Amino acid sequence: MSTSRNRLAEGGRIERTKTLAFTFNGRRYTGFEGDTLASALLANGVKALARSFKYHRPRGLYSAGVEEPNAVVQLENGARTRPNLQATEIELYDGLSAKSVNCWPSVEFDIGAINSLAARLLPAGFYYKTFMWPKSFWMTYEKVIRNAAGLGTAPKLPDPDTYDKMHEHADVLVVGGGPSGLAAALAAGRSGARVILADQEGELGGRMLSENETIDGKPAMQWVEDATRELTAMDDVRILTRTTAFGYYDQNYLGLLERRHINVARPLPHSSERLWRVRARQVVLATGAIERPLVFANNDRPGVMLAGALRSYVTRYGVSPGKKTVIFTNNDDAYRSALALDDAGISVAAVVDLRNDPDGPLVDAVRARDISVFDGWAITAVIGKMAVKAVEISELSADSENVSGPAKRIDCDVVGSSGGWNPVVHLHSQSGGKARFDETIQSFVPGPSVQKEQSAGACAGTFSLKDCLKSGHDVGKAAAKLAGFTPSRHKQPVADTVFEAPLQALWIVPSSNLDNRAKGFGAKHFVDIHSDVSVADIELAAREGYHSVEHVKRYTALGMGPDQGKTGNIPGMAVLGQALGQPIAEVGTTTFRPPFTPVTYGALAGRDIGEFSDPARKTAMHHWHEAAGALFEDVGQWKRPWYYPKPGETMQDALNRECLAARNAIGILDASTLGKIDIQGPDAAEFINRIYTNAWIKLGVGKCRYGLMLGEDAMVMDDGVTARLGDNHFHMTTTTGNAARVLGWLEEWLQTEWPELQVYCNSVTEYWSTMTICGPRAGDLMAEFTTDIDLDKEAFPFMSFREGTVGGIPARVFRISFTGELSYEINVPANMGLALWTALMNAGEKYGITPYGTETMHILRAEKGYIIVGQETDGTMTPLDLGMDWIVSKKKDFIGRRSLSRADCVREGRKQLVGLLTTNPAEVLPEGAQLVADLKPAPPMDMIGHVTSSYYSATLGRSIALAVVKDGRNRMGETIHAPMEDKTMDCEIVDPVFFDKEGSRIDG
Amino acid sequence: MKSKYSIFSLVRNAMGYHQGWEQAWRSPEPKPEYDVIIIGGGGHGLATAYYLAKEHGITNVAVIEKGWIGGGNTGRNTTIIRSNYLWDESARLYDMSLKLYEGLSQDLNFNIMLSQRGVLNLAHNLHDLREISRRVNAIRLNGIDSEMLSTADVQAMVPILDCSKNARYPILGASLQKRGGVARHDGVAWGYARAADARGIDIIQKCEVTGIMRDGDTVTGVETSRGTIKAKKVAIVTAGHTSHVAAMAGLRLPIESFPLQAMVSEPIKPILDCVVMSGAVHAYISQSDRGEMVMGAGIDHFISYTQKSTLAVVEQQMAAVTKLIPILSRLRLMRQWAGIVDTCPDASPIVSKTPVEGLYVNGGWGTGGFKGTPGSGWVFAHTIAQDRPHALNAPFALERFTTGALIDEHGAAAVAH
Repeated sequence: MSTSRNRLAEGGRIERTKTLAFTFNGRRYTGFEGDTLASALLANGVKALARSFKYHRPRGLYSAGVEEPNAVVQLENGARTRPNLQATEIELYDGLSAKSVNCWPSVEFDIGAINSLAARLLPAGFYYKTFMWPKSFWMTYEKVIRNAAGLGTAPKLPDPDTYDKMHEHADVLVVGGGPSGLAAALAAGRSGARVILADQEGELGGRMLSENETIDGKPAMQWVEDATRELTAMDDVRILTRTTAFGYYDQNYLGLLERRHINVARPLPHSSERLWRVRARQVVLATGAIERPLVFANNDRPGVMLAGALRSYVTRYGVSPGKKTVIFTNNDDAYRSALALDDAGISVAAVVDLRNDPDGPLVDAVRARDISVFDGWAITAVIGKMAVKAVEISELSADSENVSGPAKRIDCDVVGSSGGWNPVVHLHSQSGGKARFDETIQSFVPGPSVQKEQSAGACAGTFSLKDCLKSGHDVGKAAAKLAGFTPSRHKQPVADTVFEAPLQALWIVPSSNLDNRAKGFGAKHFVDIHSDVSVADIELAAREGYHSVEHVKRYTALGMGPDQGKTGNIPGMAVLGQALGQPIAEVGTTTFRPPFTPVTYGALAGRDIGEFSDPARKTAMHHWHEAAGALFEDVGQWKRPWYYPKPGETMQDALNRECLAARNAIGILDASTLGKIDIQGPDAAEFINRIYTNAWIKLGVGKCRYGLMLGEDAMVMDDGVTARLGDNHFHMTTTTGNAARVLGWLEEWLQTEWPELQVYCNSVTEYWSTMTICGPRAGDLMAEFTTDIDLDKEAFPFMSFREGTVGGIPARVFRISFTGELSYEINVPANMGLALWTALMNAGEKYGITPYGTETMHILRAEKGYIIVGQETDGTMTPLDLGMDWIVSKKKDFIGRRSLSRADCVREGRKQLVGLLTTNPAEVLPEGAQLVADLKPAPPMDMIGHVTSSYYSATLGRSIALAVVKDGRNRMGETIHAPMEDKTMDCEIVDPVFFDKEGSRIDG
Repeated sequence: MKSKYSIFSLVRNAMGYHQGWEQAWRSPEPKPEYDVIIIGGGGHGLATAYYLAKEHGITNVAVIEKGWIGGGNTGRNTTIIRSNYLWDESARLYDMSLKLYEGLSQDLNFNIMLSQRGVLNLAHNLHDLREISRRVNAIRLNGIDSEMLSTADVQAMVPILDCSKNARYPILGASLQKRGGVARHDGVAWGYARAADARGIDIIQKCEVTGIMRDGDTVTGVETSRGTIKAKKVAIVTAGHTSHVAAMAGLRLPIESFPLQAMVSEPIKPILDCVVMSGAVHAYISQSDRGEMVMGAGIDHFISYTQKSTLAVVEQQMAAVTKLIPILSRLRLMRQWAGIVDTCPDASPIVSKTPVEGLYVNGGWGTGGFKGTPGSGWVFAHTIAQDRPHALNAPFALERFTTGALIDEHGAAAVAH
């Protein structure tokens, strides 16, 4: 086991008594509780952690936070593996196992690095310019490219973890638990507001975790602990750690992701992540800032890091990033890193400052320690491939564009670079705000708020600790006030002021090899280190006319990686600006899109997967059907019995038996899934009269009528039987799949077009269990079950309904039929459905009662030529096309009436509903078969229609089909063809009613 | 003529450290007058310009773009290309488009990375199966490739799909169009722009059209943020804002505009080699050459011009794709965005003359615009040049909303739109 050779003897927020063992790329290491995988690897002296996306250059740790572009790893194996996590975001746990992604066979020796040799042939967008010949080869090239691309690997097994979703409201949501966020949360919480404080790390404190500063005269982390204690004690404050606010949506709605498992391999017995959906009255963004690197020659070598990250590793983790460091900066803040390193006894070989004569307390403090400060100099070369061995530094010309003297070599193994800090304006921008460019800090700061949000502290461009505390305090108070609370009179926390001189922008640092940089050759100057985008790539894009920053992003892949360009975007824009001769403000930013950091699919899906992915609706008789061996069909959300095979029966055997029972004895169907809408109100009849194509005003109470509903385009959209229960009371039925859509349709007309109508619609689908008994013996069975309904055919005629009791259960009985047989549709309260169904089955046994499913229902109705909406219709059929002229009123208005007279609706040759009989009666046409009049040896062929429904009819002893055919009614008797992939079937066009054309069976 | 892109030019330019590459397109100042002004520098507008020059010899043309070319739906779609449409009119137009795509990299001398990796449309219930079978038969008889797959075929082709019988919505089969696939969307816009520019067409970015000028019922030019530009003919190709721009000429179009959201995961090693679409589960998904899982959702339920994402749609979408492909659950969503789709009542586009002489409109492609890009440009160029539609786009004229000769393709999209 390796020793932690870079672990400092003391310091850091790590628990040195708790040693954790872990493996990386198969080697065993140890770290401490409080480490991240990144800090533990650094402590163990692991330099190269990864290979880059395109050139496969070796890469090491670059940062200490979410901005990490390099250290992307695959965590754990098997079902719980996680691809593409950043080592800086993985809290170390005992037994952790991780490996590098996108390199083979190992990170030290990677075959893919061959790309590096060919780098000159692979400039930005090279793939647009080649791989075009020969034409058929692109798919081959592409296969190679695909295998080379991608980072980690997906798990091969289903996810064993679960994910939860939470809803929460807050008066004030504070995003970020650094100094500004804590000050804001305290100020808001003390006013009594309901506060949520979310921070992406496991520990509050933000930047203070990595600094040695003082607040209110005590160590900053002591102040953090006090603040946390005070917040925890407040009733209405919720602190969410390990929680990233990743998306800011409209109406102050934010998505937060909470990570709850530290040990991914041995998770705790609860969900692994939680998606918090927070609606906040006010939002305080205290998301801090991310350091931006300087762009210099070979600035990607393992050992080149962000200057701020160096002191994070020293101060927070007690890790020495290396033995000998060089700081390269254009600002005062990086001097803090030099001081922190020196404090920890780590050699600082030099501070190289782009500025001439920097001045201020931080600079003075460094100089006072005999650390060499080279001002007006720059790092112009990095030496070393798998790790930094030395740098070359050179004096800059007066305009900083060139070097002005011989290079000087400084041996070192770590370089900390700082080009200033970028406020994290992501959430502000997502909220709709437009960030503006600030010349002083050379970065973007929040613009005017669009939603109810304010930025505080570093994310607003205010970097000093003192100003961050004040900003957080003020904004927290203001937010509480805007949310309706009276701020308390507590004083704001105070820290010392440290003067810092302004930074000096230099976006492209020249390299030792004079004049090379501008021409884009020589050592690579990386801008987006993750996506391997260099200065030369951006300059090439600009040269080739890709001037919009969005074009450059897409052409070069700038900011397209999992880090989403958190370190590279601003330098990239600056380099583009220089290439175009435009100020950065004019170049503008690309859109900041959610999520801020990547979000697990599972967390977004939550529990809505597997059997919970969509509610399965089951009727009250469902379990009876199951016990009877039914197979089920999904119709919308409903599970409907499809058919009831008996042991040894084929599907066709079962259908034949069910059909014959319904025609010769009694069939029983569970029709509970039909949509049922209760319509009441003084204008109910008028309303229904406008919705359906036929007349409804004069329908008597106790009568039923079949209705067709059209869209405004005159196309059939739904059908069903509606009964008049009272003068102002109707019971409408819809098709199973369309119930919700029809209710929405009714409401749309009522609410937006006819608000003057007094009508109220309610879905009552689930209130009723509906069973239909049909067949010649249905009357006999019915008579056994009711005494208070007169079943006499005159007293209870077809298309009427009666209320009474059936089997002692209050019921509505409709004499309607979808089979052509004597038929009773019995509706009873849903919870009594099973009792009645069972009683009917028992009593009906002597008549040969047989349950039938949707397939038999379809056959029986097709024998009668009845349509099914969605099967015979597809949104292009008018009632006239269906031969249903009889249902279209010529006298009154209804939805779709005007469209019915449009030129295309009245033209000759429209498709019409017909029946088809195959030449060979044993052959069943496949549903969906297309029909042609002129058969050709091969496609293309002109189609005249298609088969909408097709079955073997046991009643008729042959196959039957329904179809829609151009001008079909004028083609009766014509033979047409159904050419399919493997065969062609011939058939004759016939009337769509195949059975009992005269309707003699309806009364039994 | 521009210098040709090839492996040889790449090597040659590598010698010169890539200093010698020409601009892919110029950034000219607008001329005072053009023969044709195309409003909208998306794929369709740029393709129209290209085919005006290539097929009709009309090169005094400007493409005027408010922002940057390809910045609308061209750069926001999920890059799926297919021609498996039900109705003859659609099948012919989209297949013509697919055929143009098949030779486009060579025609434009710009690799648009057309990858004909196959498009699967899954059936999850008996109704789906019936519909898919109808569609496959119709597409095949229109001379376009299409086949039915069984559940076992689907499982063999995409092992990561959950094909188990006890899935909430089990996969009962699928249709497959092998010629379908994906292409690099930005590349399509840039390739057309470069090729159009080479033929002398002016591409003018950052220029917003603020008015369409008319003399009586004849169009005379456009007002823009960079001044007045006269033109004999003006063509509107502004997906997402078709009705808005048409209103500048006093036209009212039967179009509603909705946000449509899309998203990608972090890049992972290849796990999906075709495009999977599912209507019942509301999802479509493919894997890009960079390794990202690219996913599309159903359109938002409200009319809007905001190109912003919403959380609810993403949640539904992630549930849907995780349902289809359970091993995606531990991947992470990296980027999420939205575009505005203009939809017609029949879910088919308008490629048409208008009541204003010299004014043409191309829009309403809904969620299907990217796959239609070359065909759309080709027939629209014909319509503008000849002042009459080509047989392929004649059925897509504005008049159909009066006559009722609609081309109802609501079933064509994978998700309910």
